[in-house]
Amino acid sequence: MTSHAAHIKEKAANATLGFWLYLMTDIMIFASLFATFVILRDGTNGGPSGQELFNLEFVMAETFLLLVSSFTCGLAYLAIKHGQKRRTLVLLGTTITLGIGFLSLELYEFGELYLAGHDWTHSAFLSAFFTLVGTHGLHILIGIIWAIALGDYISKRGTTPDAVRKFSLFALFWHFLDLVWIFIFTVVYLLGAIS
Amino acid sequence: MKRLLKASLIPLGLSAFVVLMWVLVKDVTIDVLEPTGKTAIEQRNLLYFTLGLSALVVIPVFGMLGMFAYKYREGRGADYKPEVDGNYTLEAIWWGIPIVIIGVLGVITWQSTHSLDPYKPIASDKPPIEVQVVALQWKWLFIYPEYDIATVNELPLPVDRPVHFSLAADAPMSGFWIPSLGSQIYSMNGMNSQLNLMPEKTGEYKGYNTNINGEGYSKMTFTADVMSEVDFTSWTIAAPGEATDNNLNMDLATYNILAQPSLMAKPQTYQLAEKDLYDTIMAKYMGHGHSSSSSKTDDTEGMNHGTMNHGGTH
Amino acid sequence: MDWSWLTGRLSADYLPQDPVTIGAAVGMPLAILAVLVAITYFKKWGYIWNEWVTTLDAKKIGIMYMGIALLMLARGGADALMLRAQTALEPLGIELFDTQTFQEVFTAHGSIMIFFVAMGAMFGLINIALPLLLGTRDVAYPFLNSVSFWLFFAGMVIINSSLVFGGFSNGGWLGYPPLTGLEYNPGPGVDYWIWALQISGIGSLLSGINFTVTILKHRAPGMTLMKMPIFAWSVLVAMVLVMLAFPVLTATLGMLALDRVAGMHFFTSDGGGNPMMYINLIWAWGHPEVYILILPAFGIFSEVVATFARKRLFGYATMVAALIGIMFLSFVVWQHHFFTMGAGANVNAFFGIMTMIIAIPTGVKLFNWIFTMYKGSIRFTAPMIWFMCFAVTFTIGGVSGVLMAVPALDFQVHNTMFLVAHFHNVIIGGVVFGYFAGIYYWWPKVFGFTLHDGIGKLAAYAWQVGFVLAFIPLYILGLMGAVRRLDSYDDPTWQPLFIVSGIGVGVIALGFALMVIGMAYSVWKRKELADTTGDPWDGRTLEWSVPSPAPFYNFAITPRVSHRDEWWERKKAGLKVPTRSDYKDIELPKNSALGVYIAVAAGLIGIGFIWHIWWLAIVALIAVVVFVIKRTFDDDTEYTISADTLYKLDKEARA
Repeated sequence: MTSHAAHIKEKAANATLGFWLYLMTDIMIFASLFATFVILRDGTNGGPSGQELFNLEFVMAETFLLLVSSFTCGLAYLAIKHGQKRRTLVLLGTTITLGIGFLSLELYEFGELYLAGHDWTHSAFLSAFFTLVGTHGLHILIGIIWAIALGDYISKRGTTPDAVRKFSLFALFWHFLDLVWIFIFTVVYLLGAIS
Repeated sequence: MKRLLKASLIPLGLSAFVVLMWVLVKDVTIDVLEPTGKTAIEQRNLLYFTLGLSALVVIPVFGMLGMFAYKYREGRGADYKPEVDGNYTLEAIWWGIPIVIIGVLGVITWQSTHSLDPYKPIASDKPPIEVQVVALQWKWLFIYPEYDIATVNELPLPVDRPVHFSLAADAPMSGFWIPSLGSQIYSMNGMNSQLNLMPEKTGEYKGYNTNINGEGYSKMTFTADVMSEVDFTSWTIAAPGEATDNNLNMDLATYNILAQPSLMAKPQTYQLAEKDLYDTIMAKYMGHGHSSSSSKTDDTEGMNHGTMNHGGTH
Repeated sequence: MDWSWLTGRLSADYLPQDPVTIGAAVGMPLAILAVLVAITYFKKWGYIWNEWVTTLDAKKIGIMYMGIALLMLARGGADALMLRAQTALEPLGIELFDTQTFQEVFTAHGSIMIFFVAMGAMFGLINIALPLLLGTRDVAYPFLNSVSFWLFFAGMVIINSSLVFGGFSNGGWLGYPPLTGLEYNPGPGVDYWIWALQISGIGSLLSGINFTVTILKHRAPGMTLMKMPIFAWSVLVAMVLVMLAFPVLTATLGMLALDRVAGMHFFTSDGGGNPMMYINLIWAWGHPEVYILILPAFGIFSEVVATFARKRLFGYATMVAALIGIMFLSFVVWQHHFFTMGAGANVNAFFGIMTMIIAIPTGVKLFNWIFTMYKGSIRFTAPMIWFMCFAVTFTIGGVSGVLMAVPALDFQVHNTMFLVAHFHNVIIGGVVFGYFAGIYYWWPKVFGFTLHDGIGKLAAYAWQVGFVLAFIPLYILGLMGAVRRLDSYDDPTWQPLFIVSGIGVGVIALGFALMVIGMAYSVWKRKELADTTGDPWDGRTLEWSVPSPAPFYNFAITPRVSHRDEWWERKKAGLKVPTRSDYKDIELPKNSALGVYIAVAAGLIGIGFIWHIWWLAIVALIAVVVFVIKRTFDDDTEYTISADTLYKLDKEARA
């Protein structure tokens, strides 16, 4: 029935607009955290600064994993649009694996800092660092859970228009996190290392 | 007749209210409107000017509102034009008039914000006297570094001489304000706020904390005692000796007791034994300083359950 | 075996100690129990669950918002009465509460009034009116709407349960650290404040997205943006502000919470933290928040004045321009809340001038309303009386606002009773009167009968008189040196003014009582007051084209719009009776209980953080994730009403 099809199409368009708006609100949350980080960066309370703590090569590895995962996510989206279920699932699985890899590296970095006695209670700088980077990590975790649920859905129902719509939102989210990470990489790590 | 009676209720009620307010305040000093300090006087004049400027919009608004409400009410048979929904000339007028008024006020604002900037020294042929202010839970500590005096909740000042205040807090953010003299300013941990005032009339003026900083907040008041230059000089000469005789020396030990959350029953004068007290307090919060939280947490723990620690005699 | 992990820091020590709070702490659960017993006795659980709790109908969600908002208005109003009773009586040696309780009460008063009265009533009215005004069947995301409401509800439960267990924050409604930090406030009070605001704030954020998409995507065919009723414009601008400002609140409260539970140093005075950063961030949200509340009220007045003056809204395009101007300006004025923090004169002057500039579009709106009355045929019904009270009161509040925008003047009135009088002047005179006008205006559309007009007008007069008595003395007291949040003062000359102010609050309470009485009376006389036409005010916009109460599907036939005042123009042109072929199948959302489940779990996360019951917080967090996934991957969320059924339903509704 045409009115039903139109209704579905309208809902899809609504969902996309709404998701973009949600991403805008998320940008505002990150903007607040970035602003706080920049203001509090010098509040090291006599403790170490970012220059002394950060290992740029390690962070480069994290960045690489995330960028590749963004790429595989994009390929997976192409695959689902072409109705290639198996290919979609494989690529989505790769994305999830790379995401888990990224998260593991991040947790490893956090763990090292913690064990070296540089945890978030020691200075405003460390509080802001753990919170900003941790909030991004939390988003990655949510993305991974979402991707797993999405994979389950696709494997059961196939590459239906509903599935493509759901996947498009996930892809937006995943690319968005990549973008935020680029900012974190620049503002927190690069500028931290050179200042 | 009934309508007339109803309509007259509004002016009648308003008049009664104005009379009531006038009776209640006619013998009371309204500090902000009856200032005795240079800054406060200029602020009062600015207040009246701004009010007058606002009246240029408010009076026509109220006039038209009342008139249209009366004239175009249903059933009165006045001219009814339901299709009218705009008029470029009129709309330009009421964009224009407020723009002009705000433009004028904007210029005044720019100038007065600079001329009455609390950080700006007040021009005078006499040198300013320096007072360091520390907000504590819940009392004000005033330090006169030039005279080796520290006072609590009492602020003696000479008339007609500028005062430069440096303000800090060893407590949650507080606000320092003497309405009769002018401008308030926040005092904060590790921030060296500044304020310049000049009393122009002798007398005792109330000072307040304007920002909530815990349980004793509303009782954190003090008196600014503005006296003649001669009286002030003799006070600065006599006070340190008298304080020492009474064993009232402001050293770090005394300060640490004073800094505990408590109320002071009466003002106190000390001899300033610790010359760098203000800088020491400031340094406490300057990032590299030692942690101050452990001792305070214990006290406030008790407070949260509703007991107030009355340090002074009450 | 140590069982303390099970209950965190919850213990009997946190039960209330003083008589006033004990009374409230015992009374509130008893009242709730009585309601629950009554529901069980009358066997209404099924009805409440199916028709209300799980509903995704925006109108019903709106009614629930309004109900909570009115309930919370009673709570916040009782707080206000107690505060003013204390300041009126304290010099006589009658101390109603100790200082700690007094400070908790004013913090609760402010937080409840803004978050659970004003925000609640705003979302209530938007839910009730917006889809109808836009000529649509529902909001863009009906399920999200239910989540938003129940998150608001969960926040409300949390803020009120602090009365029974643990007490509330004493840090004022915006809770500046370091006072609200761990160092000075280790107890659970501040955590209650944080989590009540955080949870309801996230609900507001979701609503912001929801209504924005509704307005951008769900308008009736033919309704271009410039043909939208001005109320929809005001909501659009307010919701954009919600989306930009509320994330800042979420982040700021999150950081304060981390300071408190994880020992971080964002806003502490030691460890390199910066409390001034908090003050900047919270006002970067707080100032837009004021406009979020007032703009929909402006929208309501625009509809009310045009309807009751029986005239087109004057200067529609300038109204839209003014709204958009206010939207932009509201983000460049936040620093005026702390001129006294010691920023340089250039900064202060900039923010002061920006603040005054907002007076220009606001003034333009006022002129437009006044000229909508010009050459009209004005009926002074209750909504119109609220408008008249608003026009007078809000203007006075505007003047005191311009005074405070001049930094040099603000230095003499900041944080005094003058400030308290100013923001009550604009919030009561603007927001509250606006929403009340909306309640009286749209009531018949959702309930099918009008509110008794005479009692409604009396209530408005009482509010107006009470307002003057309560707040003009506070202006004078501020100029005398009375600072805000005073529980005691030693200047006896202040007392007469505080007594007048206390009486004023009493008169406002009378006004509120009259509203409630008017509602009860109207329910009783609903047959006589019934709205049989669906158009009791001779309205102008689409909501008056459907029967009252509006059916659950809003519009049996999707309206096609060609005018701003579509319904008014249709009436002028002569109405056509629809035929069977005009009806089409429609799809509506199925009820869902997941919104409630998500909100309950979110509330438990809050409880877990407040009392340090970490297992509860973790379990509840996992529950939220599971519920969200369940809903996201559920494709069977709608049902269809056939054209035949719709035809029959519509015929019955119009009979």
